[in-house]
Amino acid sequence: MLGKTANGLFWMYRYLERAENTSRLVETGQRIALTRLGSSEAEWRSIMQTAGVLQGFEETGEELNGEAAIDWMLRSKANPSSVLTSIEGARQNARLVRTALTHEVWEAVNGTYMAAKKLLARKVPERDLPEVLGKIRQRTALVRGSTHGTMLRNDIYNFARIGTFLERADNTARILDVKYYVLLPSVMSVGSSIDNVQWETILRSVSARGGFRMAYGNNYDPVDIAYFLILDKRMPRSLAFCVGKIRDNLNYLAESYGTNPPSCEKASFIEQRYLSHNIDAVFDEGLHQYIEKVLNLIGDLGGQIEVDYRFYE
Amino acid sequence: MDENQIFDEMWGRTETLRPPYSMFKEWFDGEDPSRLRAKQREAEELFRLTGITFNVYGRAEAEERLIPFDIVPRIISGLEWQRLSRGIEQRVRAINAFLYDIYHKQEIVKAGRIPEHMISQNEAFLPHMVGVNPPGGVYTHIVGIDLVRTDDNQFYVLEDNARTPSGVSYMLENRETMLQMFPELFANNRVKPVETYPTNLRRSLAACAPPATTGNPTVAVLTPGIFNSAYFEHSFLADQMGAELVEGHDLRVVDGRVAMRTTEGYKPIDVLYRRVDDDFLDPLNFNPESQLGVPGIMDVYRAGGITIANTPGTGIADDKAIYSYMPEIVEFYTGERPLLENVPTYRCSEPDALAYVLDNLSELVVKEVHGSGGYGMLIGPTATKKDIAAFRKKLKARPGNYIAQPTLALSTVPVFSRAGLSPRHVDLRPFVLVSPDKIDITPGGLTRVALKKGSLVVNSSQGGGTKDTWVLED
Repeated sequence: MLGKTANGLFWMYRYLERAENTSRLVETGQRIALTRLGSSEAEWRSIMQTAGVLQGFEETGEELNGEAAIDWMLRSKANPSSVLTSIEGARQNARLVRTALTHEVWEAVNGTYMAAKKLLARKVPERDLPEVLGKIRQRTALVRGSTHGTMLRNDIYNFARIGTFLERADNTARILDVKYYVLLPSVMSVGSSIDNVQWETILRSVSARGGFRMAYGNNYDPVDIAYFLILDKRMPRSLAFCVGKIRDNLNYLAESYGTNPPSCEKASFIEQRYLSHNIDAVFDEGLHQYIEKVLNLIGDLGGQIEVDYRFYE
Repeated sequence: MDENQIFDEMWGRTETLRPPYSMFKEWFDGEDPSRLRAKQREAEELFRLTGITFNVYGRAEAEERLIPFDIVPRIISGLEWQRLSRGIEQRVRAINAFLYDIYHKQEIVKAGRIPEHMISQNEAFLPHMVGVNPPGGVYTHIVGIDLVRTDDNQFYVLEDNARTPSGVSYMLENRETMLQMFPELFANNRVKPVETYPTNLRRSLAACAPPATTGNPTVAVLTPGIFNSAYFEHSFLADQMGAELVEGHDLRVVDGRVAMRTTEGYKPIDVLYRRVDDDFLDPLNFNPESQLGVPGIMDVYRAGGITIANTPGTGIADDKAIYSYMPEIVEFYTGERPLLENVPTYRCSEPDALAYVLDNLSELVVKEVHGSGGYGMLIGPTATKKDIAAFRKKLKARPGNYIAQPTLALSTVPVFSRAGLSPRHVDLRPFVLVSPDKIDITPGGLTRVALKKGSLVVNSSQGGGTKDTWVLED
């Protein structure tokens, strides 16, 4: 496979994952705005920070409110991580690697692009927001489903998966990076409604309220939430789950190519050093420091994969 | 143009249904027009979803457009096709023999059949290719012969495309679309298949693998990139052939071979189906500014390390000035009378011809020798006086840059319009594959249709559309 093709697959699936994650964050932000009294400005600020798009927004000089934040995150062409630009990026990369995709996957991603362009052609009125977000996530789910159902399990698939899980791990780590303080024992005041809302926000932004309840019952406990998002391998967006998948796919690649490049070791290192302990060790190390370290390591791993598999000249 | 001068492929000149269309007519009459209109929209949706679009140059935002597709097939009888394909094969053989000769002993020049300056002064002549033997002896692996029809038995070759003919993906996708939308039509008509083209292309390219090949030849398609107007076709063909789709920056010369950067290191390519012009192929040997090619590929080529398809320098055979010599070329190399006719052509470089052309501009089509895509031409009968005057100036300034031809009464084929079936002018580009042991012509080809009533310009860049082209099993 061409290095360029591996690169294209990696980014196609990163962008798709990003579009989904951003749309989920928009939904969470809107939900908080609707259910809380008072100013939602701080909440939108933190949502945009989580999506990594706050700085870009501030540079536009626009006043921060719900409407502006939603538009920035959903449709802005100036925002390289908006849902629309992410979907355009995914589709552009899909065109580049079209020879590596099945017909079904190509049509699903092209269909997503065509639908998103139509749905996001204009500012989305508040009352249409749930429907628009729902439709976009349905489309991206179709891409994921056709990938799962029609693609060979070979290096093409491995690069697609590595892109997906690298983006997802990054997303979960950033949510924790922004919201870590609400999970710290020092500010813990069990049962306070403020914390409940904050915890719920975290779970919503990874679509895991139901999953959490199923695994841990109805009582929100910040340590459980931290464990759930960081170490719980049942949870498909936890850091341990994502890094485990990246490691698996890197190993498949190494096996089929008959090599053992540095990226394999780096993935194993993150897993063993940071994602195999109990949650107390995480808090002992300092939740924030811990998350920052993992975020950096994930970024570094991405860079190593680019080098190992000759994404660029 | 007088309407009854025009030959319609469905109705002839006398409103008598021609036999190849009889089954179609019966089907069409039984169809509800509103269903057909819905189908026409459905076809467009299919094309968009598949991504069969082309990029429009010169726009700020790379806009993707569809080439309009018309659901009425263009139907050719088996017998008509047999005659045509014999003529095409003869012509393509002659083109390859001509190219070999031009880059070797130039017997045709020595015999006085083509003036020496037509070769040596020709921009499309590539001195780098002199004395080089392309692997398998093939120069034009892929050829598109543009044909027009003016009567029941009268076809003309309008143009030979011996460099990088495009459009074959439309031929294939048009058929795919028709099969999806109107399966019943194919149950009732025995239409010769076209879908073997990619397999044949791969086989044909592999059969020309260079001496350096070990094992099963590695084939790659070289594209200028995602913003090229024909990018869809490049990726489509690579996909269908199971070949890699590469760009210049994926390639470099490694150990005397052209190699592509893969996830496992550099791997040599045996056959490169390039969709990049000669000039951009090798910045070391040709245009030094080119980012699209591979530095040093021509040196590898000359040493037998890679096959380039089509071979560099084939443009000399489809040059519009050389075109006028095609009848001589066919006779010279095959020893036979040409089976397909050329359109009578005036070479404006010749004083007598120029004088005639200047006197008759309003009746002639004047083309640039090196132009393509329907740009830079004058269609006398539809041009305004102002256009003609402006063109006259250009022609006088550089007569050698132009040829002129009579305006042909191009045949029409019906398109499905609001008014039902309406005649529109068409041309035909059959695709020909050349390998060392045979010439393979896909039955049919790409029919381009001028969608504007009365228009003779079928180019997609100027509002043309396409049709599925059927060759029937008689």
